[in-house]
Amino acid sequence: MNALQQRYGEEIERVLSKYPADQKRSAVMPLLYIAQREHGYVTREQLDQIAEILAISATDVASIVGFYTLYHDEPGGKYRIQVCDDLPCALRGADEFLNGLCQRLHVKPGETTPDGLVTVEAVMCLAACHRAPMFQVQSQERISYYEDQTVDNAMQLVESWRQVNGK
Amino acid sequence: MNEILLRHREINNLDQLPIYRQNKGFETFKRAVTGMKPEEVTEIVKASGLRGRGGAGFPTGIKWSFMDKNNWPHYVVTNADESEPGTFKDREIMESNPFQFLEGVMLCAYAVGANAAYIYLRGEFWDLAAELDKHIEYLEREGLLGDKLFGSEYGLRLYTHLGAGAYICGEETALLESLEGKLGQPRLRPPFPPSFGLYGKPTVVNNVETLANVPLIVERGAAWYRGFGTEKSPGTKVFSLSGNVEKPGNYELPLGTTFRELIFTHGGGIPTGRKVKAIMPAGASSSLIVADDKALDTPMDYESVPSVGAQLGSASIIVIDDSVSMDWLINKTVHFFQHESCGKCTPCREGTYWMRHLTERIHQGGANWNDVILLNEVATNIKGKCLCALGDFATEAVTSSIARFKGDFEGKTQAAPVKMEAKVSS
Amino acid sequence: MAEAIAPKTEQKLVTLTIDDRTVSVAPGTWVVDAAKQAGIDIPVFCYHPKMEPVGMCRMCLVEIGRPMVDRATGQPALNEDGTPKIQFGAKLETGCTIPVSEGLVVRGYTDKVKEERDQVLEFLLTSHPLDCPICDKGGECPLQNLTMHFGPGESRYIYDEKIRLDKHVPLGELIFLDRERCIQCARCTRFQTEVVDDPVIGFSERGRALEIVTFSEPGFDSYWSGNTTDICPVGALTTADFRFEARPWELKPVASICTHCPVNCNTTLNTRREAKAGGRQVVKRVMPRQNEWVNEIWICDKGRFAYHYTESSNRIVQPLLRKGGQLTPVGWDEALAAVADKVKKAGGKLVTVAGGRLSNEDYFNIKKLSEKAIGPALLYSQMAGGDLVAQVGLGAGSNLGDLGAGSAILVIASDLEEEAPLWWLRVRQAAERGATLIVANPRRTKLDRSAKYALRYDYGQEAAVLHAMLDSFSPKRPDHPESLRKLLRDDALKAAAQELSQVESLVVFYGSEGTDLAASQALANAAANLLIATGHVGKPNNGLVAIWDKGNAQGAWDLGLRPSENLAAQMEEAAVLYIVGADPASDDPALAAAVDGAQFVVVQELALTKTAQAADVVLPAQAFTEREGSYTSGERRVQRFYPAVPAIEGMRADFAITAQIATALGLNLEQRIGSLAFLQLAAANEAYKDLDFGKLAEVTEQWPIIGRADVYYGGTTYDNTQGLGVKLSSEADRGQSPVLSFAPLQEPAAKDGLVAVPVSRLYDRGNTILPSKLLSARLEAPQVILNPEDAESLGLEMGKPAKMTLNGVTSTVTVHIDNSLPKDAALIPRSLGLAISGPTPVKVAA
Ligand SMILES: Cc1cc2nc3c(=O)[nH]c(=O)nc-3n(C[C@H](O)[C@H](O)[C@H](O)COP(=O)(O)O)c2cc1C
Ligand code: SF4
Ligand code: FES
Repeated sequence: MNALQQRYGEEIERVLSKYPADQKRSAVMPLLYIAQREHGYVTREQLDQIAEILAISATDVASIVGFYTLYHDEPGGKYRIQVCDDLPCALRGADEFLNGLCQRLHVKPGETTPDGLVTVEAVMCLAACHRAPMFQVQSQERISYYEDQTVDNAMQLVESWRQVNGK
Repeated sequence: MNEILLRHREINNLDQLPIYRQNKGFETFKRAVTGMKPEEVTEIVKASGLRGRGGAGFPTGIKWSFMDKNNWPHYVVTNADESEPGTFKDREIMESNPFQFLEGVMLCAYAVGANAAYIYLRGEFWDLAAELDKHIEYLEREGLLGDKLFGSEYGLRLYTHLGAGAYICGEETALLESLEGKLGQPRLRPPFPPSFGLYGKPTVVNNVETLANVPLIVERGAAWYRGFGTEKSPGTKVFSLSGNVEKPGNYELPLGTTFRELIFTHGGGIPTGRKVKAIMPAGASSSLIVADDKALDTPMDYESVPSVGAQLGSASIIVIDDSVSMDWLINKTVHFFQHESCGKCTPCREGTYWMRHLTERIHQGGANWNDVILLNEVATNIKGKCLCALGDFATEAVTSSIARFKGDFEGKTQAAPVKMEAKVSS
Repeated sequence: MAEAIAPKTEQKLVTLTIDDRTVSVAPGTWVVDAAKQAGIDIPVFCYHPKMEPVGMCRMCLVEIGRPMVDRATGQPALNEDGTPKIQFGAKLETGCTIPVSEGLVVRGYTDKVKEERDQVLEFLLTSHPLDCPICDKGGECPLQNLTMHFGPGESRYIYDEKIRLDKHVPLGELIFLDRERCIQCARCTRFQTEVVDDPVIGFSERGRALEIVTFSEPGFDSYWSGNTTDICPVGALTTADFRFEARPWELKPVASICTHCPVNCNTTLNTRREAKAGGRQVVKRVMPRQNEWVNEIWICDKGRFAYHYTESSNRIVQPLLRKGGQLTPVGWDEALAAVADKVKKAGGKLVTVAGGRLSNEDYFNIKKLSEKAIGPALLYSQMAGGDLVAQVGLGAGSNLGDLGAGSAILVIASDLEEEAPLWWLRVRQAAERGATLIVANPRRTKLDRSAKYALRYDYGQEAAVLHAMLDSFSPKRPDHPESLRKLLRDDALKAAAQELSQVESLVVFYGSEGTDLAASQALANAAANLLIATGHVGKPNNGLVAIWDKGNAQGAWDLGLRPSENLAAQMEEAAVLYIVGADPASDDPALAAAVDGAQFVVVQELALTKTAQAADVVLPAQAFTEREGSYTSGERRVQRFYPAVPAIEGMRADFAITAQIATALGLNLEQRIGSLAFLQLAAANEAYKDLDFGKLAEVTEQWPIIGRADVYYGGTTYDNTQGLGVKLSSEADRGQSPVLSFAPLQEPAAKDGLVAVPVSRLYDRGNTILPSKLLSARLEAPQVILNPEDAESLGLEMGKPAKMTLNGVTSTVTVHIDNSLPKDAALIPRSLGLAISGPTPVKVAA
């Protein structure tokens, strides 16, 4: 029973039950999401814990973290604002939106605000091209969409976070 | 419009199970499980001429009939990775018409004798996956999913599985690898999924939209379905319209509808004062079509689009107006593919990286004409050398725009344009 | 005399054309391999003949044409001239992923192919550094070679845009990664996963950022890591051992044998004159040498990295004679005269103790000397059964590589990867080819992962397990102890027994986990009985293999040496105790006392061991790298090793020294060259009859063909030009039908408390591995391994120190916990400085 199992035992069992008993490895992605809830990124210890649960090597788990963009191996902002600036969104002002937002937050894409609250990232198409400018917010808990955005409502959202986090 | 896939726009609250059932929801599934042989379901789908909506356009019923009967268990995997830039149809179907989609998955599973079906959603569809999980629980409570359905011997379970941000996982074998907990890198083919798929077992991989067609096809018959669309491309299609148009969005129209009708009649045309310059019919993977009258009057179906030098693919229509310069555009698309290359094949891994440097330099104005020629050659050298289609996809916009919108690049390069070399394919 | 070449050609062949050459190959062969067999080299990077193809690098692109069939008739379509119509695809295809088919036409060198090959190479080079002059792979680098052949003239890639990456990433202390040089062919990661089941390196990131990483503790934690540097087609992976040490072309290759374990892997010693070593020729690296009947193209990291003991600083360079209590350097004549004098007077009390690492020639002379002196010739070992292996061992013509469906392998009382790594690999592969693998051991071992049956028993029951198997399908014998009856009720055991009784071929490997000499004898007997009773003797790919603790123990047995049940006593009583290549004083206080007790002690050694320090005369012996000789592997394959470096002035070969001592008794033994000594032993031993060094040096073409010409295909493993050796026949082969002999089974002694149980580890602290500094961080620390409950009840924790009292000696050890271990067993790895020769009561406390 490692730390992850102690904390999320039932949920992990539920995840494992989705896949054939001899194919536990399939659960590596869901388990990484669970692990990421703890700190917003996957720690070295968690790699070992997941490896132990699935009876694969820590290196196998780390490979998965490295390959997929929604897993992080180092801390970022509590909220990651991931703005789509891919072609279709860019045709509808995504680049301007991204720049505007970065200016208001005094960061460059990829950077985190000094209070550690927000990281702004430019990402690839999010299947919301008709509602550009748009972004998704990846928090420790979940990922959710914000579409047909202006820099102003984006900033309001950031404000509301500042409120709840007392920043 | 909205005859089949976007019915929710006509029928309020279709995303609620009782309403869906009032509209004959799951009667077809029940009838199939209690009264039809699996092969019969496959036959109807075959007869309907339904073709895959994920991009390749492969006949769905035929794919189902390829499942290896000597190797069990069988699996169904729904491709809900929807990551092609410009594509956002599967998302609306799953959000607003979820039960029709799920019934489609269930009918497919019954047809190929699968007792488990996985729905692989791109990681960004987190909220959507949570919703689907609720729907699936609901169906289990209602006895529409589970063991011994309707007193038959047949049982079925549905599971969602979230990806985590990798376009390549939309490629069906990479998707299977990913679902197995490995790097999302495509497999060698053959063997194809119907003989060697998930966990090495026979597997049908179908796109969300493809399967969402199935319930009504089985309910109303192949002939009814063939009433829409063209001889070779029957049925309706959800066209994701994006880019420089007044009313971007999803439009369900019969296959064979012209670009003009979609863009101008439904899409509200181009923003005032501008003119349509080019069209990418298959998202970022697409060649750029010069938007002349011939092109605008071309029917959007699998056979006709190639006649104007592109593919229909996932029918993600990106409209580009005359305010856009192609050096900027391909810098975007190349950036995308360079970011998404899984890195398995040398030409794709190295070539997209190389192209990225060139398009950046050209776009920044720091390049000369030889860089454009080189870019065109690098793209040409990637073509046809890769394991999966991503490598080729990365080159379509590049080579077609250099060939068809040469001027945009001449304007961007320092040295005076010399005669462009051969290789360039128009 | 060497066996016929693999690839297997039983099935009917497929005929195809490659570059106008007609080739017939086995169905299922990949196009690139077919070409190779036809002598045509299609360049590959990701493909490796020992692994499944992945078609990643795209280097092997070829034109492929397939015979057309006439839609109407279904018959092959023909041209006017009657030749079949061939259709060529629009795209080139990867030759490494296309299986041959009848009538296929392959074009590997058309302009189109060359052009596209250039393009792939150009892509590879865009991000590859141009540092060949300082690259360790320089001179044996596929990429470098191919670039010469095809590569684009000048680079069209802007140098400043070249990706810059770390060049010296240590993947642990043994292997370094140069990220700029890596071409993402995944050979290394696939080798670790597919071939050796250690997925401890992998890819991280994707696209151009794809990089090799390891997250194991320690980094790249695998006994096989060195092999990845052989198959890496560029200089991305290099060994810390060889890095920057020398340039491949400065090295002289010499054929040799790995002496660490009974597999006897074929190696090539690369030597070079070294200023550091006063201009002497020294071994710079150990490389695998292909022998598809033994080690294929692999060696383990112990074989690769633990070779320094032969040149370790404390080698003795001159005979030593005890004068006034002091060991004093003297000349050979004086030393030998002193020995001769005592030997003459020994009268039946010359006791010879020889280690398991000497050559056959050495053993032959030792045996002859002992016979003449009417004294015992003892093998310093706690394992028995070498005589049984000679009777019913693997039949002539055997090749573990042939085992697959229809055969079964039983491995008992062994942690095979720890004791004989290459056998572990080949047994695992046999299981993957469909052989039924039965692993019987009291605890989980890595081989279990490949086993169909993993049987557990209590330490002490190993022989009983095999008796139970035998009894489960042959008439019961009444005198069963209760422990045996219990085993007989085990369904898995019965099922396993059923299967092995019915297969075409059966190989039984027995090790020494938990056994002392007596138990080993009982185990070997039981194993032989099982084989005889099921008719699995006297034919190829059947028989008994002992997993010896030393590299040439089987040779020692073949030549008449035997272990002793009461070694200490026998040593103590000796008038002259003659110890050759063994260090009992270090292993066990009781034996140290015995050495002191003996009247006159002669020690023949490389280094001044504890035993040598206690001797009256010390005679400096040559290391195997300095002389020629032969070894007999556990499979009973006799193989040669060649002199790699010049002998150091003052040292002599063991067989020569023994012969010189023998002259004291008027016995005339060969003392000049090994090949002549071998002729004498061959003449005197049935199984070795007609053999000579010439026969041992014979070779045949092997598959895969891994010539040095195209290193990109097989890797930098050396091809075998100096001998595949000869597989000996067993007595059963020679028609002497063996007889069942049942040693009565005793009930294991009723347990009271913990029993210390000896097990073997690859990275122990033996004299042959300690001097190799590179491995020191990986050597096992003195430890005890317990099952969780025992540890719990003793208040012991994983990784924490504990006091252990064994045979009256108390020492501090680290506690390890293994939940697959039976209760009351305390595992003690051998050769970690803790004296243990067999199960012994032990006390462990916090
Ligand atoms: C690079 C690449 C990306 C793809 N992305 C998707 C995708 O996001 N969704 C999808 O349904 N099919 C995608 N496909 C197509 C799938 O490989 C596969 O053809 C499809 O899921 C089959 O389902 P269908 O027959 O219903 O279209 C992609 C293919 C490639 C080569
Ligand atoms: S073409 Fe690109 S994305 Fe596709 S498998 Fe090869 S490297 Fe991966
Ligand atoms: S693709 Fe065939 S060798 Fe790499």
